[in-house]
Amino acid sequence: MAGLLTIKDIEKCVGCGLCMYACARRKVRKPFIGHDHSGILAVSLSGFERGATIIVCKACPDPPCSQVCPTSALIPRKGGGVVYREKLCTGCDNCIEACTIGAIFKRRDGKVALCIHCGYCASYCPHGVIEYISTKQKVSEKQEVIK
Amino acid sequence: MNSGFADRKYILNIDLSSYSYSVEERDDLSEQIGGTGLAVELMKENLKPSADPLSEENVIVFAIGPFTPAYPLASKTVAMFKSPLTGNLGESHAGGRSATSIANAGYDAIVIRGRSEKPVYIVVDNERVHFRDARVLWGIEDSLITGRIIAEREKGRGIRSIMRIGGAGERLVRFAGVMTETYRHFGRLGLGAVFGSKKLKAIVIIGRGSREPLDAKKYREVYDEIFRIATTSDAMKKYHLIGTPVNVAPLNELRALPTRNLESGFFEMTEEISGEAFAENNLARRIACNHCPTACIHIAALKEVYEDEPYFFKTIMISYDYELIYSLGSMLGVGERDGILKLIHRVETYGLDAMSTGVVLSWATEALKKRVITEKDTIIPLDFGDYKGYLKAIDYIYLQPNEFYRNLALGVEKAAEIYGGEEYALSFGGNEMAGYHTGEAAYIGYLIGLRHSHLDNAGYSIDQKLRERLPPEELIDLLVKEEIWRQILSSLVVCFFARGVYTPEVVSKAFEPFGVEISEEELIKRGERIYREKLKLKTNLGYRADKLRIPEKIFNIESFRGKLNKNYISEALSYYRRKYLSI
Repeated sequence: MAGLLTIKDIEKCVGCGLCMYACARRKVRKPFIGHDHSGILAVSLSGFERGATIIVCKACPDPPCSQVCPTSALIPRKGGGVVYREKLCTGCDNCIEACTIGAIFKRRDGKVALCIHCGYCASYCPHGVIEYISTKQKVSEKQEVIK
Repeated sequence: MNSGFADRKYILNIDLSSYSYSVEERDDLSEQIGGTGLAVELMKENLKPSADPLSEENVIVFAIGPFTPAYPLASKTVAMFKSPLTGNLGESHAGGRSATSIANAGYDAIVIRGRSEKPVYIVVDNERVHFRDARVLWGIEDSLITGRIIAEREKGRGIRSIMRIGGAGERLVRFAGVMTETYRHFGRLGLGAVFGSKKLKAIVIIGRGSREPLDAKKYREVYDEIFRIATTSDAMKKYHLIGTPVNVAPLNELRALPTRNLESGFFEMTEEISGEAFAENNLARRIACNHCPTACIHIAALKEVYEDEPYFFKTIMISYDYELIYSLGSMLGVGERDGILKLIHRVETYGLDAMSTGVVLSWATEALKKRVITEKDTIIPLDFGDYKGYLKAIDYIYLQPNEFYRNLALGVEKAAEIYGGEEYALSFGGNEMAGYHTGEAAYIGYLIGLRHSHLDNAGYSIDQKLRERLPPEELIDLLVKEEIWRQILSSLVVCFFARGVYTPEVVSKAFEPFGVEISEEELIKRGERIYREKLKLKTNLGYRADKLRIPEKIFNIESFRGKLNKNYISEALSYYRRKYLSI
């Protein structure tokens, strides 16, 4: 079962960015140092006096980023979010424009970086801000709320 | 760009006199490691020893280390410059996003020279540098507001650092600092005044970048090991919870908390201003430097009522630490938490160094009592415990409305030279003291530490750990040994709070994924070399370790081991001169 990266308690975010660096390291054979290949951005809320947060894909069931992709580099993923087929990406940036929460980032090589919900970052969050759950779990929790 | 590893270093050179810049690729600086080691070398190359610290001849170096942003806790930047406070080498460290932004922008160091004709701020955006008009920003005395304005105007949210000065830097207060990401500071030794003298209001560094390790598998393994030690062992615990103010109560119990300009080492209102009291009553949030899991930055919320307007409040967020509670609390006899927070906020606003400000004001208070100066000088009465008076006095340090405050803005060493009261002017090597009256090791440490900082060699910690006084020779060797190891930590540049994580073994291992083999012995050797080079640079700039002034007052009060022994200190210093100054 595919999993989803979800926010557990955003108010606990200290802005350390460990998730951001973890994302860049996620590939076993090709980990990157730095954040250019990271699909998460840690920011302050207009200055650290107002706290911090992360910007990351929320796994839309009907993702606008994939609808505006001319080469089908972004295709909807079962359970929410998208699959990124990097080879097909022309770097047109349509997806960056389309994402309302700004969770797709321009890489320096022209391509994009975004969360693919692999969950690698979750175990590096020192303060329990994010967690990785199964897609099923998300659906059942939602139903719980609706009941 | 930045290899981050031993072989190549990328240096960004910025000239404010000609509004030009260039990038240098160097393959001859690997011995220096990075950070402090690299900065010492770049200072030697670029600074004329006779340079006036506030002239265009002064040079500012920002240097980061090879572990940024590869590993957690490597979150700090070293700034080096000629200090306008001491007239000698200035070195100050800060975290925030400064280090990771420089690393991700592709540089190992940034060197700034010259002086702008009119106020500017610099934007480093990866390989480009922009010089922006700052005439409108000049005169905005509040460093927080300056930061907000620049944040609105410039891009790079989340991947940038905004280093800026407040009014104190513009007005050349010799102990003005540079603020970064609101709550982190290149606080000590007057970098803010150097910025001010160069008409440099701020530097924004925007960095987006990536690089690859040589050994992918090993890199992830070593990362995980460091992460595990940092988050699950006790190595960082002290900084997680109550934060550095956890030291307030135990140091007071030891009679080591400098109080009322060192009238005593015991502050009777400690219960009110302990780390525990701040955590329980004021702590509102914790934040972290970039790529650090610890989140040691403790932020208090201070809710203030407008007395003349019912139901109208403001809430300000103020970062507090041990050194601030000492310097603006016990040292000034202020035992109200709200009062301390207001003083911290005022210091942050103008961009002053908190320790120097506290010590300068505590000296002025004693000098006023002893009639060395008069109320005509101070304009307002200064009394230990009266924080409202001190708030006003901080305004005056910034505004410098008369000759006295102009002299006070030169630091306590100079002020006491002019007015007298040197025996209770508590600076060492020209730098106002840190908050540890723990014993001889602390003071010897301030004197011989190459930054005159308690963090150079942690003398205060040796005092507390040892039951008996060591023979003076052994103490000196121990202090120097610690300082040598810390040259490695500050060349890497990892946070000193992470010294329990980055042991020689871990450091050596952390280099491996980058194809760099460096044994623990070799590390120590490089540390010794950096220490020697820094001492040599200091000596070239006029440092005379045999002419250090020791304020008589430290001998008058009890420490937990009784009164400090003058002979012991002079024996230790004479051994230091014989052994280390001749190399």
